[in-house]
Amino acid sequence: MALLEIKDLYASIDGNEILKGVNLKVNKGEIHAIMGPNGSGKSTLASVIAGREEYEVTKGSVLFEGKDLLALAPEERAREGIFLAFQYPVEIPGVSTANFIKASVNEIRKHRGEEPLDAASMMRLMKEKLALVEMDKSFLSRSVNEGFSGGEKKRNEIFQMAVMQPKLAVLDETDSGLDIDALKIVANGVNKLHNEENAFLVITHYQRLLDYIVPDKVHVLLNGRIVKSGGKELALDLEERGYDWIKEELEAGAPQNS
Amino acid sequence: MSKDDKIIQEVAGSEYKYGWVSDLDEDRIAPGLSEETIRFISAKKEEPEWLLEWRLKAYRQWLKMTPPAWQNLDIPPIDFQAISYYAAPKPKKKLESLDEVDPDLLATFEKLGISLEEQKRLTGVAVDAVIDSVSVTTTFKEKLGELGVIFCSMSEAVREHPELVKKYLGRVVPPTDNFYAALNSAVFSDGSFAYIPKGVRCPMELSTYFRINAAGTGQFERTLIVAEEGSYVSYLEGCTAPQRDENQLHAAVVELIAFDDAEIKYSTVQNWYPGDKNGVGGVYNFVTKRGICEGRRSKISWTQVETGSAITWKYPSCILKGDDSIGEFYSVALTRNRQQADTGTKMIHLGKNTRSRIISKGISAGQSQNSYRGLVSINKGAENARNYSQCDSLLLGDRCGAHTFPYLDCSNPTAQIEHEATTSKIGEDVLFYCRQRGMDEEEATALIINGFSREVLKKLPMEFAVEAQKLLAISLEGSVG
Ligand SMILES: Nc1ncnc2c1ncn2[C@@H]1O[C@H](COP(=O)(O)OP(=O)(O)O)[C@@H](O)[C@H]1O
Ligand SMILES: [Mg+2]
Repeated sequence: MALLEIKDLYASIDGNEILKGVNLKVNKGEIHAIMGPNGSGKSTLASVIAGREEYEVTKGSVLFEGKDLLALAPEERAREGIFLAFQYPVEIPGVSTANFIKASVNEIRKHRGEEPLDAASMMRLMKEKLALVEMDKSFLSRSVNEGFSGGEKKRNEIFQMAVMQPKLAVLDETDSGLDIDALKIVANGVNKLHNEENAFLVITHYQRLLDYIVPDKVHVLLNGRIVKSGGKELALDLEERGYDWIKEELEAGAPQNS
Repeated sequence: MSKDDKIIQEVAGSEYKYGWVSDLDEDRIAPGLSEETIRFISAKKEEPEWLLEWRLKAYRQWLKMTPPAWQNLDIPPIDFQAISYYAAPKPKKKLESLDEVDPDLLATFEKLGISLEEQKRLTGVAVDAVIDSVSVTTTFKEKLGELGVIFCSMSEAVREHPELVKKYLGRVVPPTDNFYAALNSAVFSDGSFAYIPKGVRCPMELSTYFRINAAGTGQFERTLIVAEEGSYVSYLEGCTAPQRDENQLHAAVVELIAFDDAEIKYSTVQNWYPGDKNGVGGVYNFVTKRGICEGRRSKISWTQVETGSAITWKYPSCILKGDDSIGEFYSVALTRNRQQADTGTKMIHLGKNTRSRIISKGISAGQSQNSYRGLVSINKGAENARNYSQCDSLLLGDRCGAHTFPYLDCSNPTAQIEHEATTSKIGEDVLFYCRQRGMDEEEATALIINGFSREVLKKLPMEFAVEAQKLLAISLEGSVG
């Protein structure tokens, strides 16, 4: 059974149809990259997987470990093991990063029938994962993302992912706006967390992230549809040739999978 | 209505958590207010003649006064003759220790998570427990006594320290200050009295938990705190009230006096019964709280977390008389269902180089109305006065209201005054972010609200801050899931 199986998914927002028949299957242990030009629907896909209620699913299905994901509230999806690293993480004034993570870890533990972590264990867990993304522990006492630089916000997402240990992590352009050092830190975080039991859906604009995170599959999302899928070399093609050749291929009726 | 709106509505409409009535024996007089009532109260409390006269004078003034009408509140007419003005639990005998305290009372405290035993053992908080109108138990007396600190009920102070009471009572809030203060002066039942002698730093938080415990009984506390030169005291006032159908009037007066270099910190967590979802019942909380920074370099800080009452009318104020004195007001006011709050502060700058700081956080949910009303007054002689005010409002849902009424009255051109105000709604994107991390909407809302209120909460003493955080979360708890 696939970890995530999306079938013929249509979704719209404010009456505008954005996703127009997405099909995607992700197995445990795999890393999938989703690429596509701005506005093609990548964040929409991520939001629909995470359960953002502004988006209306008009057709199709999403199964997670065989269960109907669309029937679950966003927090239930999170507790089941879905994590979204946001393209634009929000700021929460007055709420320390430590408190925020504590609340979230304990919710997930409760869902699994586990006791809340005691303060010492919680601190140990956070410190260990901070090291992974090379963040200083002073981050823990700062308000969530408030006054963080763009790069710090993205690293904070990866930090939270490392603490939460999701089964499926969706990274929405986590690499955008990062310098090469920060990019390596993010990639390193993903690689350290990656194992046979989890999977990653890495949404990106640029192939450079894929120099560090090696995907099993690369998909091109164009105008709300996955129009081409391939191995990691597809990312290199896209880097070199852009998206126009795919559009041309499409118009010429070429096969969608290479 | 979208799902989110619905949840917000449910959250905002949650029922009062502390709704119970404890079964203490009551000793209560029949409703009605006259000179006779006042004589009865005074006699019951074995008061000296001067105090009876003081009360009667206030009463005669009150008869000529009318309730204030300038606030942004819809107050149903109150029948002052329908209220009983005195209630006391019948003490079996004089209490020597906690063991002798009515077990019902102890159970009541335990429900609130503030058992006296625990507090005595763990936190070193001296608790003067006031149920309805009479102090039932007072702890840590001796320890405070060694330092010369007086901390007792107002009735006891009248008996044991009449010279102090006579000297300071009504000095900051004169009996005729306003309609409700006059009423309080006429019929005040009990309250706390604290006196910190020169140079003494009070080693523990002084704390009184008030409750309204008798159906239909107005409660009229009178609290007076005097901090002599160079002393320091932190005072905590917290309350919850049992659920009932009738409106209950609560008109308290609190007076603070700080002399040279003295500091008084006064913290309140207010959780009177707010009425049900339809606004039926609930406490009318009409309070006059005022402090005077009498001496140079003295400081008074008011910190309040207001979640209860059907109607709140309350403006803890500071008169900054001493040069270089400081006044602070930190407030979180949360209203839901049909609650109405009109609260804020007055900072009256009289002395030179006086400074004041106002941080107000209003949270409105349901169909409630939440108003901040603040006055900053800089008098002619107040050279180099400074004020900073920040008033933030947070709205949950779109049927509630948040209002800000800042008044400025400046008669000295050297003043520096800064005012900032914001109004925001809890953003869908912030809620979604929290939910994506596994929190349900309720928990996320509580977290966001606590964050919004943090600047104020962190001013509270540690144990109180934790309680206040829980209270904010509980106040928003609904029937989700
Ligand atoms: N609230 C909205 N109303 C209408 N169109 C929207 C709304 N939000 C996003 N869109 C449109 O949906 C399309 C896909 O957006 P998005 O999923 O963010 O793309 P990507 O992440 O691939 O850049 C864009 O054309 C965008 O303008
Ligand atoms: Mg995007």
